[in-house]
Parts: sequence; structure tokens; C-alpha cells
Amino acid sequence: MTVESIDTDVLVIGGGNAALCAAIAARRKGAKVLVVEGAPKFYRGGNTRHTRNMRCAHDTATDTLTGPYTEEEFWDDLLRVTEGNTDEALARHMITKSKEMLTWIAEQGVRFQPSLGGTLSLGRTNSFFLGGGRAMLNALYLTAEKLGIDVLYDAPVTSLDIDNGTFRSAIARVNGKDTKITARSLVAAAGGFEANIDWLKEGWGECAENFLIRGTPYNRGDVLKMLLGSGVEAIGDPTQCHAVAIDARAPKYDGGIITRLDCVVFGIVVNRNAERFYDEGEDFWPKRYAIWGRLVAAQPDQIAYIVFDSKSLKKFMPSLFPPIEAQSIAELAQKLDLPAEKLEATVSGFNDAVQPGTFDHTVFDDCRTKGLAIEKTHWATKLEDPPYYAYPVRPGITFTYLGTRVDKDARMQMASGGGAENMFSAGEIMAGNVLGKGYAAGVGMTIGSVFGKIAGEGAAQHACN
Amino acid sequence: MHATDHLQEAERLMTVCNSCRYCEGVCAVFPAMELRRSFADGDLNYLANLCHNCGACYADCQFSPPHEFNVNVPKILSRVRTDSYRQYAWPKAFQPMFDRNGLAIAIVTALAIAGFILGFAVWHDPSALTSTTGNFYKLMPHTVMAGLFGAVALYAALALIMGFANFWKDVGASSVAAGSGLSLWQAVKDAAALRYLDGGGVGCYNEDERPTDNRRLYHHLTFYGFLLCFAATCIGTVYHYGFGWEAPYGLFSLPKLFGIPGGIGLVIGTIGLMKAKLTRDPDMVDRSKFGMETAFLAMLFATGLTGLLLMALRDTPALGITLSVHLGVVFALFLTMPYGKFVHGFYRFGALALYAAETKADRPATVRKAA
Repeated sequence: MTVESIDTDVLVIGGGNAALCAAIAARRKGAKVLVVEGAPKFYRGGNTRHTRNMRCAHDTATDTLTGPYTEEEFWDDLLRVTEGNTDEALARHMITKSKEMLTWIAEQGVRFQPSLGGTLSLGRTNSFFLGGGRAMLNALYLTAEKLGIDVLYDAPVTSLDIDNGTFRSAIARVNGKDTKITARSLVAAAGGFEANIDWLKEGWGECAENFLIRGTPYNRGDVLKMLLGSGVEAIGDPTQCHAVAIDARAPKYDGGIITRLDCVVFGIVVNRNAERFYDEGEDFWPKRYAIWGRLVAAQPDQIAYIVFDSKSLKKFMPSLFPPIEAQSIAELAQKLDLPAEKLEATVSGFNDAVQPGTFDHTVFDDCRTKGLAIEKTHWATKLEDPPYYAYPVRPGITFTYLGTRVDKDARMQMASGGGAENMFSAGEIMAGNVLGKGYAAGVGMTIGSVFGKIAGEGAAQHACN
Repeated sequence: MHATDHLQEAERLMTVCNSCRYCEGVCAVFPAMELRRSFADGDLNYLANLCHNCGACYADCQFSPPHEFNVNVPKILSRVRTDSYRQYAWPKAFQPMFDRNGLAIAIVTALAIAGFILGFAVWHDPSALTSTTGNFYKLMPHTVMAGLFGAVALYAALALIMGFANFWKDVGASSVAAGSGLSLWQAVKDAAALRYLDGGGVGCYNEDERPTDNRRLYHHLTFYGFLLCFAATCIGTVYHYGFGWEAPYGLFSLPKLFGIPGGIGLVIGTIGLMKAKLTRDPDMVDRSKFGMETAFLAMLFATGLTGLLLMALRDTPALGITLSVHLGVVFALFLTMPYGKFVHGFYRFGALALYAAETKADRPATVRKAA
């Protein structure tokens, strides 16, 4: 078998925001850069293609941001969502660096716009990409092309030659041929393993078979596995992933943002046995958004149904699939294949427990139930105005937390102690350093851009010395 | 249910787009869409005519083909748009002109040119066609020329107005007072600058995901070239009737100063637009409308080119034939105006006015639901 070979200064594995920021930063430092992306061109960019904004600290309002967002406030938000599962020094370093990212990213051709319709709550903190994540990627790829960075698509890396913390070469499948790539430095920005159902099963058991994956099927975590197998220190809970409840009718992979549902608050959520299982009125988006995937994963067959009535139909963002509609609860149960008497009992029991109050979904209102085993503590109104509606939901997996440990220079740390000689990582593959738990909108892109740039510059410096 | 498969597909796409909204900053179509929860035929016709076909939403979309959601907004809105031209055409009897538009316009043009050649030869001496007098009006008296073209222009104006009225009613424009002075003025500004043919600020997309397209420039050359030529003709008419100054006019006269750059703009602009059309990413293109779009560009190109030739060849034996061809092309251009791509400018202007009105009122137009 013939083996093709390529030599470069900096090899970047991956093709998303972090990979491109690393490649561009390395190239701007004078290094010769090769990007190998495992996905075909259309699906390039991993989860970046589904993103829409990034969260950067800034001291004043801008054309597209409605007010300041200080480093301290960013840190408070991060501390809150991660419940302390973060490396403070690294996180604060990232937050400080995030300030200059807004300008740097714009200089690479990415354009921003004010927050999108339906996302007013993020208008101050998050910078939205004009045209979304794929538009952002297109801009970065165009800049990379102009700078003379080579990109190979459909080129999954199949093995890494790492010798005691020093990267020597990688083998990638390029046009069906094994190609050996030697490089002075490596930047691994190849994402997590959320599309690898077998790997998810290690943490979740057989129920992972019923998970839907919100991004492309190419986020398999192969590079992460190879790195951890070569002595790189792991960080983050290997069993955990970010799971939200999405429309059960979504495709297995790559349904993206349009399958999300955020109407839990307007009704009740029942499982396959037509029983409620959690307080639907516990908290606001995004916290409730982030917990419902996990809650549904714990239910039989990993499916649940959000049931509401006609008065709520137009109170939330539309989504891809229309809700299932019926004139009575019994008819709805029949359409959903749920036990009809049980659903009627659940609904009437709920309705009887609803206390009088003034509904306001923008605050913790006083609409609640009283006397139920599982109360709905806010936003509880009776389901009494037909037609009735339901959305079937399943866990939708966005990203995984397991990654490679890095230092402030995005240099991978070895399990045996000390930093790797010439290996850096950026993006989701090391997000667990900063984001050990939970999620705040736009943080993934901040991690990718900030550490991507740091990794690229470090890799170039090592390669050119 | 919708009247056509194209409208059905457009509704599916708008539902997808409305649950994503990433393209909100790209152009006017998506903010207009966001004002709506459901999409009647009139809503979709409005959005389709608001779309400038810049292609940015296709290059930006994470769900465009080969993704299974198959989101191809430029292509399907282009189909809905051309279907709407047929639907609005007046009188109804001429709607089939849109079915094989390229062929229809070619036939009308050929007949018109032949008519002028034959007309000159029959009313005059066949030798008049090749004389070198340099005087148009020897071939066709000015009054006849003005009368004939005045009549066809009046007919075209009537048919265009009736078509526009059909559009205005269909999209429910009156429900938000889209005809107000402010809305119309905003539409004038947006149309004159082609504000939404810019991919959201970075330029249009045509061949691929690189915003390297120059269609806005070529469209400006074509559109303003056409206006200059039209102005030159109007000034000539005023000169003739108002002041008794007869053509031919000197090189630095107003008709020439308007007409020559106008003709050059038409020629260069249409070549540029045609080239862009031929290199466009085939995934975004509705091939079935190729004839209509090509015919439109060809007519404008021929108008510009034969006008310039007429000036260059005026003192040669080719005058007669060149004049016949030029008059034939212009005659056919006016006659077929209400039944070809020309109408896009009117409906797009109307859609821009409605968009301005909706934005101001912060509510969508009320569209009569299809029965």
C-alpha cells in the first residue's frame, strides 16, 4: 500500500471555530498550516455550524451589544452555571482574553448583528453572527484561503504518533488513501464525542440508543480518544453530556436549532405512562432548557410529551414541526398513543390543584399548584381551552464535557505530569477545563476562539523556533 | 393547503426559517417572515417578491442541500415569484405568455422587426431601406412613429398598472397603508440603491460561498442605463413637439448625453448579468425560468446595442435595416413589458413599500385567506 506524505509546520485537526482561529493565528505568525477536517465540505465545522453567537466581555455598549458586560459579571455567570466546576485561573484568563476577541474575530471577516428576534435576553452579553454559525465559518474559511492555509476535507485522522508528549506525525484518510502528515506542532480542535452513540452508552447505558444528536454525525471523538490513549491528561466528567429536550420527530443527527422546544413552562410534561415527573415551573430558560434533556432521558423509552392548550399556542418561538392537535384530552392521548384515562386523570388532577394567580411568564409569578405529589411552582394555568396540543420530546445531545487538560497557553498537559512538547488543543475538545458542568449561551464559541488563537500562536511559535 | 406545489414548499421553508432566524440580518425577507406565524398564498407571494435573490441565505444556511431539510430559499422563492407574475398578469388571456416566455418574446420581437422592415418597404420604395440620407423620418414620419410607440407605451402602462393592482390586493398592502408617502419613499430609496442585493453587507453570493458577486453593479448599469435611454427618448419628444427641434441631435445635446451612456450601460450591464446567470451555483437556479430571464436581458441588450449602432451607422446604407431592427426591438420590449421579467421591478418596489409599512406598524399585512 502506498502512503502519501505531507509535511507542514502546524497541523490543525478539526474544522470548526477553534480550528480555524488556531490555523489563522498560526499562519499570521508565519507558520505553514494544514487543516484536516474529518467531515465533507458541506458539513465542515462541527458544532460551529449550528451556533449563532459568542459571549465576550466588553466595557461599553457597541453597535450590536446593548450594554457593558464586565469581566466580573462574566465570571459570576460562569461560576453559577458550572456550579464551581471550572478552573478559575484558566476561566478568568479566557474572560480577559475574550475582550479583544470581538475585534479580532471581526478582523477575520466575521460579521456581527444585534441579537435575533426571540433572544432579547442575550442582547447585552452575546454577539450574534450575521447569518449564523455557517456564515461565520464561511468567513473564517475565506480568510484562511486568502492567507494560503491548506484545507483537506473528508480527511478523518486515524492515528497519531505521539512519543512521550511530543507529536511526530498523524495518519489521515485523504481521498481514501492513508496519508502521513508530519508537523512541528499539533493543534487538536476536533470536538467532542456526542455523535458516538457507543461511547455515550458507556456513561448512559442502552438508553443512549434513543438519544438524538443535535449536530453532525462527524463529532465522534476519535482524536480525543487517541490523545487520551497517548498519555494526555483527561479533564471533565467522562459520562456527562449537555442534553436538552428537543422534538422527538427530529432526525437522528444534525437537526440543529430548529428542533428545540421551549414551551415546558406553558403546560405539563408527562411520560409514556401519562404521568407528570418534574416541576415544569421550577426555573427560567436557560436553566430549565438545560435540565429537561436529562429528565426525559430518565423516563421510560426516553420520551415525554409537553401538553398545553390553545391559549399558549402563540406564546413561544415556533419550531419546525407543528404540535399534535386534538379537541379533547382523550383524543390527544389516542393520537400520542398514551393511556387516555390516565392522561385525563393527570390533567384534571392538575387543573384541580391550580391556585388562582396572575400569569406572567417573564417573572416568577404566583400561578402554582397546591396538593400534588409533584407541584408546578410557577406559571401553572389550567389546561381547559381546546384544542389541546402536544409536542413529543426526546433528549437532544449537544456536546460532551470530557476533554484534554490544558494550561493557559492551551498546551496539553500529560497525565504523567508536565506540559506536552508541541501539542495544543482548543474548542470543545478542551472545553471541560472551563465548563465542567452546565452551559451558558455562547460560551462554547468563546472557548473556541480564545483558546484557538492562543493554541495557534503557541503552535506557530514552537514550529518556527 | 396552497394553490401550488411551489407555494406549499415555500410555506414549509418559511416554517423552518421562522424557527431558526439566523438569517434575520441578511435582508428584508426574514424580518418580514418573523412578523408572521402562518403563511397564506399572498404572504408567500409578498416574501417572494421581496427577495432579491442575493443567495446569502443559501450560503449561510446549515440546512441547505445536501442536508435532509433541503432548505433552498432562493430557488423556491424564485419559483413562487415567477408564478406570481403569471397570476397577476392582465388581461388574464395573456397569462400563458409566461409559460414559454423566452419563445413568446422572441416571436413577438421577430414579428415586430419584420413588420418594420416590411412597413418601410411597402410604404416607401424598397430602396429607402438602403438609402444614405441619414434621416429616420424619411423612412417613418415622426408622427407615425410617435403615435405608434405612444400607443404601445400607453397599453403597457395600463397592463402594468392592472397587474400591480392585482399584486397590491393579493398581498394585502392596503391593510397597513403601504401606499403612504413615507413607505413609498423608503421603497424608492431601497430600490434605487438595491439595498438588499448585498448579502447582508458583504456582497452577493452567486457561484459559491464566496461573496464575490457583482450583480448589484451590473444591475445598476442596466437599470440606470434603461432610465437614461428612456429619458433621452422623452427629451427628444419634448424637443420635437415643444420646440420644433428635430432629430438628429448633436453629440452634446441632451438626448445624446443621456442616450449614449444609457445605451452603453444597457449593453455592459446585461452582459454582466447574463454572465452571472450562467455561472450561478446550479443548486440555486430554477432552470425552467431560464428563457424568461434570458429573453429580458436579451431585449435590453438589443435595445442598447441597436440604439448605439443606429447612431454609428446613421449615414450609411445600413440605416434602414438598423432602424427597423431597433424600432422592432423597442416596440416588442414595450409590448411585452407586462408579460415578462420586466414586471419584477414593479412588484419588488411594491413589496419594499409594504415592508417599510409593516416595519413601521410592527404588524403584518392582513391577507385574504385562499378559499
